[in-house]
Amino acid sequence: MKIGIPREVYPGERRVAATPESVAQLIKLGFSVVVESDAGMEANIGDDVYREAGAEVAAGPREVWEAADILLKVRAPMPHPTLGCSEAALLAAGKTLISFIWPAQNPELMQDLAATQGTVLAMDSVPRISRAQKLDALSSMANIAGYRAVIEAAHHFGRFFTGQVTAAGKVPPAKVFVIGAGVAGLAAIGAANALGAIVRAFDTRPEVADQVRSLGAEFVTVDYQEDGAGVGGYAKVMSEGYQKAQKEMTARQAMEVDIIVTTALIPGKPAPKLITAGMVESMKPGSVIVDLAAEQGGNCELTVPHQVVVRHGVTIIGYADLPSRLARQSSQLYSTNLVRLLEELCPAKDGTINVNMDDEVIRGTTVIKDGTITWPPPPPKLTAAPPPQQQMATAAPPSAPAPKAGGHGAGSPVSVKGILITGALLAIVFGFLGANAPAAFLGHFMIFVLACFIGYMVVWNVTPALHTPLMSVTNAISSIIVIGALIQIGSPGTLISLLAGLAIALTAVNMFGGFWVTQRMLRMFRK
Amino acid sequence: MNEGLITTAYIGAAILFILSLGGLSNPETSRRGNLFGMIGMALAVLATLAGPRVTGVSNFAIITSAMALGGAVGVYAAIRVKMTQMPELVAIMHSLVGLAACLVGFANYVDPLAHFTGAEKTIHEIEIFIGVLIGAITFSGSVIAFGKLSGKIGGKPMLLPARHWLNLGLLVAVLIAGKMFLDAENAQAGLVPLAIMTVLALLFGVHMVMAIGGADMPVVVSMLNSYSGWAAAATGFMLSNDLLIVVGALVGSSGAILSYIMCRAMNRNFIAVIAGGFGTSGGATPASGAAPQGEVNPIDAEETAELLRAARNIIIVPGYGMAVAQAQHTVYEITKLLREKGLNVRFGIHPVAGRMPGHMNVLLAEAKVPYDIVMEMDELNQDFPQTDVSIVIGANDIVNPSAQEDPNSPIAGMPVLEVWKAKTSIVMKRSMASGYAGVDNPLFYKENNRMLFGDAKKMLDEVLGNLRK
Repeated sequence: MKIGIPREVYPGERRVAATPESVAQLIKLGFSVVVESDAGMEANIGDDVYREAGAEVAAGPREVWEAADILLKVRAPMPHPTLGCSEAALLAAGKTLISFIWPAQNPELMQDLAATQGTVLAMDSVPRISRAQKLDALSSMANIAGYRAVIEAAHHFGRFFTGQVTAAGKVPPAKVFVIGAGVAGLAAIGAANALGAIVRAFDTRPEVADQVRSLGAEFVTVDYQEDGAGVGGYAKVMSEGYQKAQKEMTARQAMEVDIIVTTALIPGKPAPKLITAGMVESMKPGSVIVDLAAEQGGNCELTVPHQVVVRHGVTIIGYADLPSRLARQSSQLYSTNLVRLLEELCPAKDGTINVNMDDEVIRGTTVIKDGTITWPPPPPKLTAAPPPQQQMATAAPPSAPAPKAGGHGAGSPVSVKGILITGALLAIVFGFLGANAPAAFLGHFMIFVLACFIGYMVVWNVTPALHTPLMSVTNAISSIIVIGALIQIGSPGTLISLLAGLAIALTAVNMFGGFWVTQRMLRMFRK
Repeated sequence: MNEGLITTAYIGAAILFILSLGGLSNPETSRRGNLFGMIGMALAVLATLAGPRVTGVSNFAIITSAMALGGAVGVYAAIRVKMTQMPELVAIMHSLVGLAACLVGFANYVDPLAHFTGAEKTIHEIEIFIGVLIGAITFSGSVIAFGKLSGKIGGKPMLLPARHWLNLGLLVAVLIAGKMFLDAENAQAGLVPLAIMTVLALLFGVHMVMAIGGADMPVVVSMLNSYSGWAAAATGFMLSNDLLIVVGALVGSSGAILSYIMCRAMNRNFIAVIAGGFGTSGGATPASGAAPQGEVNPIDAEETAELLRAARNIIIVPGYGMAVAQAQHTVYEITKLLREKGLNVRFGIHPVAGRMPGHMNVLLAEAKVPYDIVMEMDELNQDFPQTDVSIVIGANDIVNPSAQEDPNSPIAGMPVLEVWKAKTSIVMKRSMASGYAGVDNPLFYKENNRMLFGDAKKMLDEVLGNLRK
């Protein structure tokens, strides 16, 4: 089957759905590839490079749409500026379109696409399960958006990110506050941290705290107990009390930090307004807000989508095309996601695709099958990161560490009942022994019991690293049994001499071998 | 040398032995400790030889030749043994102690010089009986343990039907033999029940260890260590020798503590381990409902090297697989290279990693890994979130997250090394087979986990090659 890569027609869109690398991989899967001329121009990929990778280059969009059985795109179909018709109308029965669609936001587009009797797979509808991670284009794009958000902020911010002590005076490090620690938020944290800023982050889902800290940021908490994890690892709408507490926290941070990156999105809902005009006013002049939720209405009240505005001395960046601003990188990751999807669709690697609706990943991604709208899919069976049960209500620290080992043999606390029973048993045994056993035996018995206690105390001090030498040295000193054999060898009778001689030989193996091998091992332990 | 001097020499020896064990609290003092042990042993043996009980040139000849023979075998074994074979060596040495205790017990019983009457006679005979009993169990159990550790006997637990009843039957038979032994009129008549009991004890030892699986070996080895101590202590009672009692008690409690530590590290009951099999309720089939889903992400040696180069904090978690593949030297080479680059490389050792307590530490020490970067589980488990790469070499159950996450898992509650909290974890494994406990490992399916399939040694050599590039 032939795969077509049309040029993106959305104004300002610089990404492309295939790179030379992905073209080569697609050809390996058995497909042939046709690329529209200048499709990769904005991402610095020339037609010649596509040709070298094995693709043919078609002069215009119509050729591509007509020749190809499978169309790979970035943006959802829209009216074509030069053809005078919608891209959706170019789809036909038996053809498959794979791109971002956003079916919930674009019901009309869905109807238009369904009318063509074609098949449509939406990259934004990939189910969030572990198996589908490699084709999760939303995460790939969010990662880039998070990175780029920090770069944009740095561009508009008048100072260094990192703190420096220079001959010309001290520069304090910039303080960055990231709201929402999803993929984009985490990427922003990583990028800001790498630039040397002090990074704080907040998320309604307490289980991401570890991820935030692992990237070197401080996790800011709200003084209100509620878990914000919804279905599929996304966030949900929080209660009023929580929102109030969160607002107070955000206001405090706004006064303190230099840069705020907001990434708070709730699926299918307008972005929550987290930063009010008053908070913007309270920020230091020269501060920067990057609102990654601008397209969904923005997390900041003053955000103007697609634009950079200055309000109360604060630069508010509302770009909705951050991935496109890193076109080469985005194209590379997005095209790899597409290749992974085609691998799923074409398991036989014979260049034909099979939209297998029994496969959970393909089922979720397919929004139109041969003209029938199949969106929304049944809910996924498994959330991406099921929260541990004990966290649901209390937001307790994740998985409390294993019970600390008592340093000195005090393992788990022994119950009082256990102590009483053991004591009573010991009393009976000792009483019986005391009443019946001869004095000589009791003398030995006392030494035995005391030696057990000394052994107990001494051995608990042995470092676990030396447990093997401990065993070999106890082996060596167990050969003290040789004394018994030595004493007996003088007794009359060949049998006794034989037994004793044999015992001496056996214990000698232990005695010499045990000490020797212990010494050999201990010599190896060095700093 | 009179009895008084001998006794004081024994006291000195006992103190030296205690100091010897005490020295092992730190690698710095451990070598001195071992020296104390040797001096103590020499003191005890020489004092006994100089005592009134050992006379006659022919006897000295026997002693010298027996010692020379045994000593030569012991030193030869100590020099030749590979560090990966330490568990086998230790097991076979336990068996020797057990056998020696048996022999001394028999010799003591037929010894006409040991005369007792009344209650003393009964006590003395009970001591002989118990000494031989423990000695025989230690002997046969250790031989089987040696066979299992060296691979001569399969590692799978052998579970006979009605094995608990079988054990109970053996116990009753031993008690009956004991009664007959005590009632015997003379030494000649008593030998028969003593011999019967010895055979029964040998069978019991075999049966007990056969029922225990490979990864429970740390518990078994330390339990046999304990038994060998108790055998020595029983011999001491039999001979009224306080030095033997002291040493036996020291060794016995040492082994018991090790068994306890091992059991705690597996979150298992000592009785359950000894009763054999894994988890009496779950058995070998995993009882957990939610089988881990998803795909594993494979990685190759080159990418592994890339990841390591980009990391700052690395934790390596070795397991039995490293010992099997003899990969410890390559691990050290990689560690050295990375440390020269200024990376923070550490090792995390789970208490039951390997086949005997401290097995991994000895292997790493052999490969010249400095002991101050080899950490216990409790020391570095909280550091995984700040770790860039954690590498698991041939370990499975000790890094299984279901111990914490899945309350229905057969290994639920077992303390594990939380390698999955590192930014990336790499598991080196030959195949996707599950670990000893038969539990599937969700770690392999975690999104931040990568699988490096292949023989550990071969793959690490490749990683090393790529790192040197």
